[in-house]
Amino acid sequence: MLETIVFSLLNGLLYGMLLFMLSSGLTLIFGMMGVLNFAHASFYMLGAYFAYTMGLYTGFWVALFLAPILVGALGALVERWGLRHVHQHGHVPELLFTFGLAYVIEELVRLFYGTIPMDYRMPDSLNFPLFSLFGTNYPAFRVFVLVIAVLMFIGLFILLKKTRAGLIIQGSLSRPDMVSALGHNVPQVFMWVFAFGTALAALGGVVGGIHFVTEPGMAFMMGPIVFVVVVLGGLGSIPGALIASMIIGILQTFVLSVDFSIAHIGLWFGYAVPPDHFFATLFYLDSTRIAPVLPFLILVLTLIFRPRGIMGKREA
Amino acid sequence: MLATNDVHAYYGKSHVLRGVTMNVQAGEIVSLVGRNGVGRSTLCKSVMGLVAPVGEVRFKDRPINGKQPHQIAHLGLGYVPEDRAIFPGLTVIENLELGVKKRGKFGRWTFEEIYKWFPRLRERATFPGEVLSGGEQQMLTMARTLMGDPQCIIVDEPTEGLAPKIVQEIADLLQQIAKEGIAVLLVEQKLSIAMKISNRVYVMGEGKVVFDGTPQELQDNPEVRKEWLEV
Repeated sequence: MLETIVFSLLNGLLYGMLLFMLSSGLTLIFGMMGVLNFAHASFYMLGAYFAYTMGLYTGFWVALFLAPILVGALGALVERWGLRHVHQHGHVPELLFTFGLAYVIEELVRLFYGTIPMDYRMPDSLNFPLFSLFGTNYPAFRVFVLVIAVLMFIGLFILLKKTRAGLIIQGSLSRPDMVSALGHNVPQVFMWVFAFGTALAALGGVVGGIHFVTEPGMAFMMGPIVFVVVVLGGLGSIPGALIASMIIGILQTFVLSVDFSIAHIGLWFGYAVPPDHFFATLFYLDSTRIAPVLPFLILVLTLIFRPRGIMGKREA
Repeated sequence: MLATNDVHAYYGKSHVLRGVTMNVQAGEIVSLVGRNGVGRSTLCKSVMGLVAPVGEVRFKDRPINGKQPHQIAHLGLGYVPEDRAIFPGLTVIENLELGVKKRGKFGRWTFEEIYKWFPRLRERATFPGEVLSGGEQQMLTMARTLMGDPQCIIVDEPTEGLAPKIVQEIADLLQQIAKEGIAVLLVEQKLSIAMKISNRVYVMGEGKVVFDGTPQELQDNPEVRKEWLEV
């Protein structure tokens, strides 16, 4: 039992940290520009593919830095020559633009790499067990992912709280019009934030592509969940995104690892729900089958009961 | 210093400004008065580039219509909006810091100078903007704009919803700011204040200037007051 809890916690933490890598960039983009960037997870996917391809020539460690920079530059181009033009027509065209972009990126990836998963593996230098718990080895690569995510959080926090650029970004989260009237080039700030956000997503992809599978469907697998995290955490809040990532990550891992249904509660009190009961399907529905719907249930409930999320400044 | 010539502005299909011509000179307080909804705030936003103006807006003898708000701000025009637009989560110091256009580049107004003019902001320096009282927020939004070293400021309804004592303080401050040689374009709902501190007054009605002259001339013109100002 304890073993299950500890491993679920560790794996949930890891999954949560990967979610945080994706959602921290999106929460800035979404919170600041109001852009529901459907293509955010596509940049995560590009991060994985770019790192895989580069890794073949340069090795993992160079790719770890280079892939996010390349994807960030691509993000800047998308903002400058795409989104900025669409922006003038309002939020709905923006949403449709990123929606289309997500499909364009996916099809391009299919075109160049095919549908088969890539053989993208962790570098040998991280391929060893770091410690063992209850007789099971815990891989060093997972700890490496945790370290990257923590460094990213600290870096983001310093950037936002201690630098002048962070001040301008924070001001733009609530009143971009006023920030521009004070003499700051808000469209340019938007471009940098978009580039930075996509670079962070790509960094998530560099490690996520190893942890999960690098294949063309990976963006659409992560995309919706990232939105749940951003809404739950609160628009524009990095600490909120961290907390929400942890909640979703740990919750989903736990629900998958324990086998529980409502009928269990009855058993504690000595009552077994008869299998021919009218609601038996509901009572015996086990938690592993609830796992996929859980994040979206949270999304819907958050929007109804607490639209500004855990730490958000504005409503979603 | 600042002049508009036949400026029109639209919100969607509604034609809000219908040809406004006015000007403000250095060291002068010029008030825009009129009933609600006649387009005074829209005029401020059009000058600042926050609403696209049709017509000519000139600042320091150069056309500025069509420029971005941040470019206009860099030319030396400051804007203090009606809703104050304090950044709620940022402290007073951080709010002021955002008023500085380039890192570490101060002009006439340094932090020390601002605190001399607005002593209450020094006491509140480390408080987040959202906990300040209405009067303090108004001081902060004015101080923040001054940090950018403007030669002309547009102040939209600074006394709205404030206690009479604070209203007087703000009126005094505006007069002192004008004495520094800064041109002040003031939108003011309280006619008594506008009449007391302004050098000139424009009365707006239906998106146009319907009267311009000194406060005394407006005082002597009951027809204009009755038709365009009194409720």
